[in-house]
Amino acid sequence: MSAPVTPAPDRAVAARVSGLTKTYGRGEAVVRALDDVTLDLYAGEFTAIMGPSGSGKSTLMHVCAALDRPDAGDVVVGERSIGRLKDKELTVLRREEIGFVFQSFNLVPTLTARENILLPLAIAGRKPEPDWFETVVSTVGLGDRLSHKPNELSGGQQQRVAVARALMSRPRIVFADEPTGNLDSRSGAEVLELLRASVDDHGQTVVMVTHDPVAAAWTDRVVYLADGRVVEEQRDPDRDAVLQTMDRMARLAEEA
Amino acid sequence: MIRAALKSLLGRKVRLLMSTFAIVLGVAFVVGTLVFSDTLNRSFTALFASTVGDVVVAPEDAQTALGQSTKTIPAPLVAQLAELPGAARADGNVTAQGVYVLDPEGDVVGGSGPPGLGASYSDAPAAGGPGLQLVEGRAPQGSGEVVLDERTAERAEVGVGDPVLVQVPEGRPAQQRAQVVGLLGFPDGGSLNGATYVAWDTPTAQALFLGGQDAFTDAWVTARDGVSQTALADQARAVVPDGVEVQTGDDAADEQASQLLEAIGFLTTFLLIFAGIALVVGSFLVVNTFSMLVAQRSRELALLRALGASKRQVVRSVQVEALVLGAIGATLGIGLGVLLAVGLKALFASLGLDLTGQDLVYRPRTFVAAYAIGVLVTMAAAYLPARRTSRIAPVQAMRDDVALPESSLRRRFVLGLVLAVLGGGAMALGLGVAGDVPRAGWWIGGGILAVLLGVTAMSPVLAAPLLGLARAAYARAYGPVGNLAGQNSLRNPRRTAATASALMIGLTLACAMAIIGSSAKASVDQTVEDNFVGDYVVRGTGFGAFFNASVADQVAAVPGVREVVRQRFQLVDLDGDTEAVSALDPTRVGVFGLRTVAGDLGTLADRTVIVSADWADDGGYAVGEELRADPPSGEERWRIVGTYEDNPLVGDVVTTLATFEAGGYEPVDASLTVVADPGAGDLEEQLEQAVDNPTVVVNDQAEFAAEQREPINRFVYIIYALLGLALLIAVMGIVNTLALSVVERTREVGLLRAIGLTRGQLRWMITLESVVIAVLGAVLGVVLGVGFGLAMMAAVREQGLEVVDVPAGQLVVFLVLGVVIGVVAAVLPARRAARLDVLRAIATE
Repeated sequence: MSAPVTPAPDRAVAARVSGLTKTYGRGEAVVRALDDVTLDLYAGEFTAIMGPSGSGKSTLMHVCAALDRPDAGDVVVGERSIGRLKDKELTVLRREEIGFVFQSFNLVPTLTARENILLPLAIAGRKPEPDWFETVVSTVGLGDRLSHKPNELSGGQQQRVAVARALMSRPRIVFADEPTGNLDSRSGAEVLELLRASVDDHGQTVVMVTHDPVAAAWTDRVVYLADGRVVEEQRDPDRDAVLQTMDRMARLAEEA
Repeated sequence: MIRAALKSLLGRKVRLLMSTFAIVLGVAFVVGTLVFSDTLNRSFTALFASTVGDVVVAPEDAQTALGQSTKTIPAPLVAQLAELPGAARADGNVTAQGVYVLDPEGDVVGGSGPPGLGASYSDAPAAGGPGLQLVEGRAPQGSGEVVLDERTAERAEVGVGDPVLVQVPEGRPAQQRAQVVGLLGFPDGGSLNGATYVAWDTPTAQALFLGGQDAFTDAWVTARDGVSQTALADQARAVVPDGVEVQTGDDAADEQASQLLEAIGFLTTFLLIFAGIALVVGSFLVVNTFSMLVAQRSRELALLRALGASKRQVVRSVQVEALVLGAIGATLGIGLGVLLAVGLKALFASLGLDLTGQDLVYRPRTFVAAYAIGVLVTMAAAYLPARRTSRIAPVQAMRDDVALPESSLRRRFVLGLVLAVLGGGAMALGLGVAGDVPRAGWWIGGGILAVLLGVTAMSPVLAAPLLGLARAAYARAYGPVGNLAGQNSLRNPRRTAATASALMIGLTLACAMAIIGSSAKASVDQTVEDNFVGDYVVRGTGFGAFFNASVADQVAAVPGVREVVRQRFQLVDLDGDTEAVSALDPTRVGVFGLRTVAGDLGTLADRTVIVSADWADDGGYAVGEELRADPPSGEERWRIVGTYEDNPLVGDVVTTLATFEAGGYEPVDASLTVVADPGAGDLEEQLEQAVDNPTVVVNDQAEFAAEQREPINRFVYIIYALLGLALLIAVMGIVNTLALSVVERTREVGLLRAIGLTRGQLRWMITLESVVIAVLGAVLGVVLGVGFGLAMMAAVREQGLEVVDVPAGQLVVFLVLGVVIGVVAAVLPARRAARLDVLRAIATE
């Protein structure tokens, strides 16, 4: 059963998830990570996906981001449906439509910050737009550290480089997987501020998986998952509202 | 703690297998070499034990390296020997060389390499076991019947009952037609090592080889039960006349075997040197592999430290791993080594050393050596990485990125530099820069090893600019993927360099060999060109294969032939030293273009000699002095009438044909120099028809040069085949390093895939990385190889190899080979990386 989804009538849909099902394992040990999930992700919005461990939030993001294939259902990113794509086509889709920010930074250690930021464009054989590069770099605030290698940067700086890398190719959607999970609260706040700014200033669509209510409070919309289903959602959440919802879900889980 | 180590070892089966591979190959090389040389030894021992009786009675100096003299022992002496109190029986034997069995196409069985033996058949027991015995059919009777040894029959494609043609050196008619009535073999294993063997009954053999006289080339006396060889030999000595020698079977076999065993000793040393190279190369890989394994596990090791394991325990756990790996590697290596020995057997069979019928010989020391080397080398190689683990602090277990402390590159560079300089110095000394040193070969060899190790130690620093260059070139040529690949090779220069070093060593030796081989061939060509006289040369096939004097007359009768100059060779004792002496018609000496140094070459007459100036200098002889010579007919004095500049065609000492004939040597020619009439055209075919003998070949200059080059070619090819194995190890090393670094970089690979790198691009990136490593190794190898090759050529310049030839084409091939090796080595690791599941790769810690 899907919870009713509040529409945002003035926004286009960046990715449409319909009837998405994904199971792991076989027989007795089968785990339904996603159970018939239907969900629209709106363009120009900052969406958080929350839920307890094992709720399927990471799986949902991986499938939406063309990193994993669904067993049933489909995801349409822009005009492309990822259900039937081959590995090569998925790769191209990721390259052109999607940006990533990972929990553990995941920068290429041999490359400088600048090279890391430009890497996806370089791989795709596209020329960076100098103005956009300047904009991204100044937003990220790394001006004087661009020629440093990742191991010469702090965790927060590395994650900001990762955000800049995700924004650089102007993807349709940026997916962020617990981007603040490895950071202290101040560095984490800087990264969230950056993501928020990209939505507000440049109309970037950002989808973030998190279990941190503080992080969720930075978003426009929170989608709650439990046992592979969408169970709840909030618009313009604040920290307390998120905490209350999480508490309620935890109690429901205990009763069940 | 030990259990934790073993468990962690088992948890990495693939890595385990890959890191053992280097050890496996090194050990395989040692085992293969030992098994093969033991087999070779056994086969020669069997051969020679089967060619002697308990006591051998033969004319003194009967055996010369160039065949037999005409000396014999008379038949009555054999009857007398049979009457000795300790003798069970005595048998006279007739043996001759240059007797070849022809196959159905009329070609010589066994080619020009190994000797062709002809003999009288006898059932006398050999001293060392059964020896060559009748295994099928019956003994030959009368002039129309022969027995062959099994291998000869097989190669001649004949069996019992079939007719066969045999080429006899000076018999008339030259070709004997006979029926094969029996086959000889070694029932207890053994081999004639490629020689061919054919036997008639005694009267026929005497007619063929001894001009029909009732005499023998030697006699075997068989001892009665309980009579020792020595006792029987003493009895025999009492009855034999002067000029006849009595030897115990053991002594005779030793004497015959010693020369060949010396050659085998060289071969064994040679193969063991390659085993050593394989092990040095292999241990590089072990060091590399262990460094990487330890680096990857540093967090786990830090955790063990945090949980209370002592430094020693951590170090020991790595050492236990090495021990286990070494033992596994040695075991697998023994298996592979046996296969290698089989391969070596086949390789040497193709070069004429046929060991078919001789089973492989496994001596306990082979296995002891395999395990000792496998385990010791692995443990020694793992020592440094193991020690480094002790410097991992427990606190690192809590940190995300653990960097292993590395010793400073500068110290390593300086150490390498010192080693290389010392090595260079040793080489220079060995090459005689500061005058002759004793054991120059050791100085040069040790110097080369030191330079190789020194360069290896310096290689991370030396490689840096090359790798930087490669990165820039890659980035320019292949864009971001090239840039990534270039950066990856720079990421850990010492790893890249160590991997490249394995290839470097193999290619260094290959290049040095290429230069030496090529120079040797060029020197041969030069010598032939400078000294080849006439238009054709007619020679017997095989060393010391002489042919009937009538051949020269037949050749002279060919229309268009202006002149035929005979040349004969014998080993003659001159003033106590055995010398190769050639004999010419004194009126034809001018044909060879000898340049007079002293005396008058034109006055060469019977019982005089002319000698090369160098030989005269070395022996302290001057024109007019006399040499004490001992031809078969008895001692003579030969006077030196002139000296000439060195000439390889005639050798150091030249006398006249008549001197040889008077001295009791058979009138057989070693070679004929044929001068054609101007404008006579190509006479080769007519000459071959005139010669009409498959054991005698006609060559023009180009063919002659090609044949002189042939042994060098074979030698070079054998070395290439052996170096091929060293290269194989190097390839495995690159595969290993790449595979491990892919594992190490799993998360990064996942990231690159996530942000849009296609599988193809990923494979390409790893291939480029691999090519950088390989090309680095190839470039260093070629540079060092050329240096070593030129240095060694400088060393042998005085020994007649004057032409230095750098085979540029071949060197380019080696460089290209480097690229190919890089591409090939990348196949598996690249596939593995491309197959990584993106999600799991990213999630990898």
